Amino acid sequence: MWMIDLRGIIPAATVVGCILLIWTLAVIPMNAHLAADMAARGDVVVTPHSPQDRKAMTGVTIAVKNPVIIAMTYSLDRPRLPSPHQVAVEMHNTIFTVAPTSRRSLVHHAWVTLSATLLGFVIGTTLGVLLAVGIVYNRTMDKSVMPWAITSQTIPILALAPMIIVMLGAIGIQGLLPKSIISAYLSFFPVVVGMVKGLRSPDAMQLDLLRTYNANAPQGFWKLRLPASMPYLFTSLKIGISAALVGAIVGELPTGARAGFGARMLVGDQYGQPMVTWAALFGAAITAALLVGLISFIERRTLNRMGMGAA
Amino acid sequence: MMGFVYAGLIWAVGWYINARLAHSSASDTRLVSLLIPTIFGVTIIAMWQVLVTLLEVSPIILPPPSMIAARFSQSLPLLWADFEQTILKGAFTGYIVGMIAAFAVALLADRSPFLTKGILPVGAFMAALPIVGTAPIFVKWLGSDWQSKAAVVAVMVFFPILVNTVAGLKDTSTMQRDLMRTYGAGYWPTLFKLRLPAALPFIFNGLKIATTLALIGAIVAEFFGSPTVGMGFRISTSVGQLALDMVWAEIVVAALAGSAFYGAMAFLEKRVTFWHPSQR
Repeated sequence: MWMIDLRGIIPAATVVGCILLIWTLAVIPMNAHLAADMAARGDVVVTPHSPQDRKAMTGVTIAVKNPVIIAMTYSLDRPRLPSPHQVAVEMHNTIFTVAPTSRRSLVHHAWVTLSATLLGFVIGTTLGVLLAVGIVYNRTMDKSVMPWAITSQTIPILALAPMIIVMLGAIGIQGLLPKSIISAYLSFFPVVVGMVKGLRSPDAMQLDLLRTYNANAPQGFWKLRLPASMPYLFTSLKIGISAALVGAIVGELPTGARAGFGARMLVGDQYGQPMVTWAALFGAAITAALLVGLISFIERRTLNRMGMGAA
Repeated sequence: MMGFVYAGLIWAVGWYINARLAHSSASDTRLVSLLIPTIFGVTIIAMWQVLVTLLEVSPIILPPPSMIAARFSQSLPLLWADFEQTILKGAFTGYIVGMIAAFAVALLADRSPFLTKGILPVGAFMAALPIVGTAPIFVKWLGSDWQSKAAVVAVMVFFPILVNTVAGLKDTSTMQRDLMRTYGAGYWPTLFKLRLPAALPFIFNGLKIATTLALIGAIVAEFFGSPTVGMGFRISTSVGQLALDMVWAEIVVAALAGSAFYGAMAFLEKRVTFWHPSQR
């Protein structure tokens, strides 16, 4: 069921509106220097005249002294801070007006990053669930591995990304798989920790009840522990999928990859095309939002079916 | 082939000791529950050493731990300089700025239930976004030195801390707030004496999540441009030179810094929220 709660949406929309407003206002001081330079190159008289004097002033002062340039700050080709509508136009152009197979299409780049993310996410989640089952049923494994799984969450694992790419490149593995391995690695640990918590969530009473039914270990797993772990699993999956996406994006940085969100961010950065970077950034944000939204949707459906949904 | 045999032997010995320890009567004591993961870690490192040496794996694919340890101890001054640049200047500054900003916004929003309701979903949503991607933008704005890294870190840690603080400030019951009202306490006394202390477990949860994010932000942002010092810079240039022992040494530093930072927050939490059920 898609329940749209208006009382929840109005405050959220207000907050988003505030952020957009601040962003729109910030465009003026951020771009004032660039706009003043451009106006001065044209026939507009800008005060103060010399670029050196302007450099020492804040963007706000320049905008106040030269109200003419305020409109220009919103229409620069290579702004320091593009306005929301410029980003929207760029995204519209690169998503809807070019064929999805073209190199200029954001959909093409999204797919490159998304495929690595999803492959890595599936690998990481599968291994994570398997390890969690092992930890719950094997005391030695629990005592040896679990502290490391917890510690690993405090370590910036992402720093390994460039090395994994080069290491795998050296033994001849290239393309999708190295990025997926980074994604898998990042989504692996949250799933292990969450799933162990979930599989252990049935209390002694429930376990005892199964014992009185004379249930064996596999039955206890399939009928009690696994269903009970579902809310925990979905919480970890949401953390895991956004970690996997970040992993795939960062995995594209050190190799000079030519496609994907990470590559677009780097290209925009190196060739002075801020719009490309911003479009890739928002593309990545929308992708993350859709992935998390999809998992929340599956979560709601599943938990409702299992009678665990929120009332 | 001998490599696999030896590695298998090491694994068997390590696992045997751990299995005995885990099933012994002393397995829940503090000492043993630290000993078991340590033995496990040592086993893995020993297997790594033996496999890499005996199978003659090239050090540009995977250097043996002994080589990493040697590199680590030889390059202490260099590693310290990188640590100072990335962790002390970039990550810490950003962490503190982001934290103060998050507290300020949370307190401002706290005056209005309407804003609180809006900030929770929007903040939780923003926390899930790949904010690291803003790194090239900040590097362009603030230059390649640590200031741009601090800015990325500040934005990354802002949302988890904000969401947890706002959620924490909501976590008092009507009864408790009514009691404060019968004492004649206004907004600020209620905030400082009741609601902030009650929010501390949530706030620390956010602060702990943010420690890892801060390090990730500071390191990854350096991939987009940095002066010739810093952990992210060292990692990306050493990878380019195939000096993987240096990369691993930096990763050791990152791991130590990450655990220490998190540990410090957990310690502080224990001291400050000693009254909370989860700490007793």
